[in-house]
Amino acid sequence: MTEPLLRVDGLKTHFLTRAGTVKAVDGVSLRLDRGEILGLVGESGSGKSVTGQSILGLVDPPGRVVGGRVLFQGEDLVGAGEKRLRAIRGRRIAMIFQDPMMTLNPVLSIGTQMVEAVQAHEKVGRAEAWERSRRALVRVGIASPDERLAAYPHQFSGGMRQRVAIAIALLHSPDLIIADEPTTALDVTIQAQILFEVQKLCRETGTALIWVTHDLAVVSALADRVAVMYAGRVVETGTVAEIIGNPRHPYTRGLLESVPSRNRRGVPLRSIPGMTPSVLDLPEGCAFHPRCDRSTGACTVMPELSGEREDRAWRCWNPVAAEARGDAA
Amino acid sequence: MTAAPIVELDGLTKRFSRKLDVVERFARRLGATIDDRAVQAVSGVDLSIAEGEVVGLVGESGCGKSTLGRMVAGILPPSAGTLRWHGRDLRELSPADRHHANLKIQMVFQDPMASLNPRLRVADIVGEAPVVHGLVPRREAEAYVAALLRQVGLDPAYLRRYPHQFSGGQRQRIGIARALAVKPDVLVCDESVAALDVSIQAQIINLFMRLREELSLTYLFISHDLGVVEHISDRTAIMYLGRIVELAPTPELFDKPNHPYAKALLDEAPRVSVEKRRFAPIRGEIPSPLDPPSGCAFHPRCPHAMPLCSAERPALREIAPRRWSACHLNETTGP
Repeated sequence: MTEPLLRVDGLKTHFLTRAGTVKAVDGVSLRLDRGEILGLVGESGSGKSVTGQSILGLVDPPGRVVGGRVLFQGEDLVGAGEKRLRAIRGRRIAMIFQDPMMTLNPVLSIGTQMVEAVQAHEKVGRAEAWERSRRALVRVGIASPDERLAAYPHQFSGGMRQRVAIAIALLHSPDLIIADEPTTALDVTIQAQILFEVQKLCRETGTALIWVTHDLAVVSALADRVAVMYAGRVVETGTVAEIIGNPRHPYTRGLLESVPSRNRRGVPLRSIPGMTPSVLDLPEGCAFHPRCDRSTGACTVMPELSGEREDRAWRCWNPVAAEARGDAA
Repeated sequence: MTAAPIVELDGLTKRFSRKLDVVERFARRLGATIDDRAVQAVSGVDLSIAEGEVVGLVGESGCGKSTLGRMVAGILPPSAGTLRWHGRDLRELSPADRHHANLKIQMVFQDPMASLNPRLRVADIVGEAPVVHGLVPRREAEAYVAALLRQVGLDPAYLRRYPHQFSGGQRQRIGIARALAVKPDVLVCDESVAALDVSIQAQIINLFMRLREELSLTYLFISHDLGVVEHISDRTAIMYLGRIVELAPTPELFDKPNHPYAKALLDEAPRVSVEKRRFAPIRGEIPSPLDPPSGCAFHPRCPHAMPLCSAERPALREIAPRRWSACHLNETTGP
């Protein structure tokens, strides 16, 4: 097997708080090839966003990466110095956040911010940087880019701002984009436009993408592979067809059955009982076992991630039987 | 529908206007023509909700669905149009009857943290209204609240806790218990499950459906999430820029939407599916309600727009039994 673009190995990010150590990410391993789209799925507090931030060394104190490796094209980013990380951020790995109003500076025009982003990594003239910014805006489907470059963030709608954020991420044709819930705040028709552009861009440029989200429906339409997270760990990973069509971890199955769908109209949803455990006080062993209908005595010991392949595995002592599930609408 | 309508909206309209400032008033006195800047959030909505029915109201941000819900719940007064309760115009009721009608329609909000007073205990949050309205004597309030908490799936031992001591899903249950405390017949749920995680959302949806059976409630269920609305509602109304563009029994609407906007919305809603798909989105943005397009508000984004669409606004017409749609295409080609 060739060396993947990104390999995350046993990543641990802990937050040392007064109330105790929060193990937000506790031994996460992922791999991503060139041009591949990975959906990183989980509910609030599962550690999906912190995983994305840890890859780029963007975790704020009191959070700290305390273990594991992030190998990007063979180079370990966990031990890398701030200077090296700055050279990589934005240029080789770009990030898109949920709220573009937080990433864009409200007092600078879009053009100024984009030119700044180009010149941060490359010695190019202002005119050339401007032209590159213009082309990036056209690529994400923004009409009349010259006027838009002169405008300020507040003059844009939410969907347009997110397009600008994507355009900025594309400026240096990065090898990898990490997108943290970028369409969660958007309306359905606008979300569809963004997904359309992203899908097209990844196909055209061969950029790999990690799409962090809680929305299984978005992931199933967009991603190639999925990793499901629960309480700081990956509990199941596989291709979209495998995860949606034949989930093996009871949590994944529970998530899928919680989504209202056409086939189950009017009948009660099979919800997962209980709630997500506090990360300060995780249950012993498999963190899901108190909510799980398949749990046995074995579940008080943490199961290892195991399965058919390295990228088709689950972390469960009593996995759901391998069978074709017919009700995925 | 055989059941009598419990709530009827007739041409319900809400305008929000900004008062002119000093300079503008002065300019107007000097002869300049300056209009009040008004946003028509809801324009002439007709809707009748039958007893025991669940009507889903879907639309994107700014379409007026929340404003409509607030008018139904009596939180916002309509600018025009009438709201009838059991067939009687609310404005013509005696004060006592109107008061009674208002109590019978309650609202469950989106963000339970913003709608629960952080400084009150659960016993007071839920128990205050029924005591004030004389439904329950004060000394029995605690037992009453305990029973309500049990009904929404919370441990009555939580009576003395404050809202911040609960998770999001539990807080939403408290919000529901508070709405139920005054024994309403109608619940207006405004994005009541939108802020919750998928697994918790399913629990709350199930709770809504169970309560409907137990208390024979009627719901106006407002959401941007098509999957949720399809799951829970008997009829669905789709709003665009302040108007209902399509209204039909839920299975028919989701199987065969008639209005081009309804089609686009349904096509683009992501569904959990093993098939990878290409997104083919409709172009353009949602127009500003400050400056709505002429004619049909959807025509600038509509793939089937004709000259007529920008000239004349199509009326919401019954195109088949119990199916309503507001589109000129139905007149030229038939449904």
